Amino acid sequence: MRQFTYERVSSPSEAVQAFAQTPGARYIAGGTNLIDLMKLGIEAPGHLIDVNDIGLDGIDDTPEGGIRIGALVRKSDVATDPRIRSGYPVLARALVSGASGQLRNKATVGGNLLQRTRCLYFYSGDLPCNKRQPGSGCAAQEGMSRGLAVIGGSNACIATYPSDMAVALRVLDAEVETLLPNGTTKRIGLADFHALPGDTPHVESVLDPGELITAVVVPKPLGGIQRYLKLRDRASYAFANVSIAMIAHFDSEDLDAVRVAFGGMAPRPWRKEAAEAGISFAASPADHIMDIAFEGAKPTEHNAFKLPLARRALAILLDEARVSATS
Amino acid sequence: MAGCLPAVPTQRGATCDVTFSVNGVARTLRIDPRTTLLDAVRDELGLTGSKKGCDQGQCGACTMLVEGRRINSCLTFAVMHEGDEITTIEGLGSQDALHPMQAAFIEHDGLQCGYCTPGQICSAVGAIDEIRRGVPSHVSPDLNRLDRLDEEIRERMSGNICRCAAYPNIVSAIRDVMEAQQ
Repeated sequence: MRQFTYERVSSPSEAVQAFAQTPGARYIAGGTNLIDLMKLGIEAPGHLIDVNDIGLDGIDDTPEGGIRIGALVRKSDVATDPRIRSGYPVLARALVSGASGQLRNKATVGGNLLQRTRCLYFYSGDLPCNKRQPGSGCAAQEGMSRGLAVIGGSNACIATYPSDMAVALRVLDAEVETLLPNGTTKRIGLADFHALPGDTPHVESVLDPGELITAVVVPKPLGGIQRYLKLRDRASYAFANVSIAMIAHFDSEDLDAVRVAFGGMAPRPWRKEAAEAGISFAASPADHIMDIAFEGAKPTEHNAFKLPLARRALAILLDEARVSATS
Repeated sequence: MAGCLPAVPTQRGATCDVTFSVNGVARTLRIDPRTTLLDAVRDELGLTGSKKGCDQGQCGACTMLVEGRRINSCLTFAVMHEGDEITTIEGLGSQDALHPMQAAFIEHDGLQCGYCTPGQICSAVGAIDEIRRGVPSHVSPDLNRLDRLDEEIRERMSGNICRCAAYPNIVSAIRDVMEAQQ
């Protein structure tokens, strides 16, 4: 591992000031993804700013009736909070479907938003990867792409973004709160937070250098039938081939409104609001959503299975939700 | 002195001082900041019960209880644990006074080669505490209630891999301890 210097800071403003003084630094919170990548030399920061003692570890009600989750709250603590379990079950379900018990105790909400891809070629230092080494090429396009993106990718990169949590946050219309080194704060909708690869797959979010995630803000609970379905190669502790976060509202047996976001299929949580509009008039809601949300998909030979899998899974999920709504 | 006091950046290549408690004993180490908690405890303190399997958080052999919660000690730097209370397998029990989970693993033959066992036991102790604190799991049919115990144990222990596949007996051992505590 490359040598680095280390400091611990005690407030968000100290953190961003420390960054301003040490270009090329990285913030470290849970560290479960960053340290793994540092061991492999894929991440090689010269300086680490430990942000674990800067507060930001609470879950607070917002005046609008929603909830503000501090960036340093651990995944297991978010899933355990009674307000999350009752008001945002899709988020609690997504959180407990990801990683292992040990990792959920350490990994933070802020860090999870910046979790890097699990693409095999990103992890293989001796093979080309535009994300790891800009301009080196993409070995995945003709390679083993079973776990990679069917939509949203580019000729430069077809990596998927692996988080489950963010897929649920996307259907909930969450926003990311940040603090910049110049002291200003920002709110970024989750829809805009993750960058599509285009020609610059090494740029994975819209964050500026040194911009610190301070919280995730979720609007007031939506009610409805909330589901997170994760389809993967093992029963537990594996990344999604396809995952679906869904919030459905029924008027007796009729589907009134639905929100759907997909994980495991794109470089960011994949949701198309246009696919949800007018859903009550769709003869087959699952087909309606899939046809619009995945229009222009470019699957590879190895990952083409994800499209019919997602279609069937969504149909089953909607049928099951209808039964729940009427029983 | 090359310390790692808050807000004092270390010099490149310098060591850091960190003090934490391991199994109830305060320990101060002067170490390279690259040292993981696992390596610090094994190589600096000579507590070799915690094992290094994959060194990337996939196998769980390195599981320790830090501030009462189970984590992968291979995926955290020792310098990040200033002031923390750390419990390893050596702190759970001794040959003369086994922890109930250690006794249950022996009783149920929950191991073969034993390499994953310290991590399995620390993880199981952490998992039972999580259930007590109401942490939900992926298989809990109701986020506020759990009723299928074996399924819960298997899901909650999925971060610990056993190369010898002693899984059925590991589940039995953990279930026994849970039922005895109820």
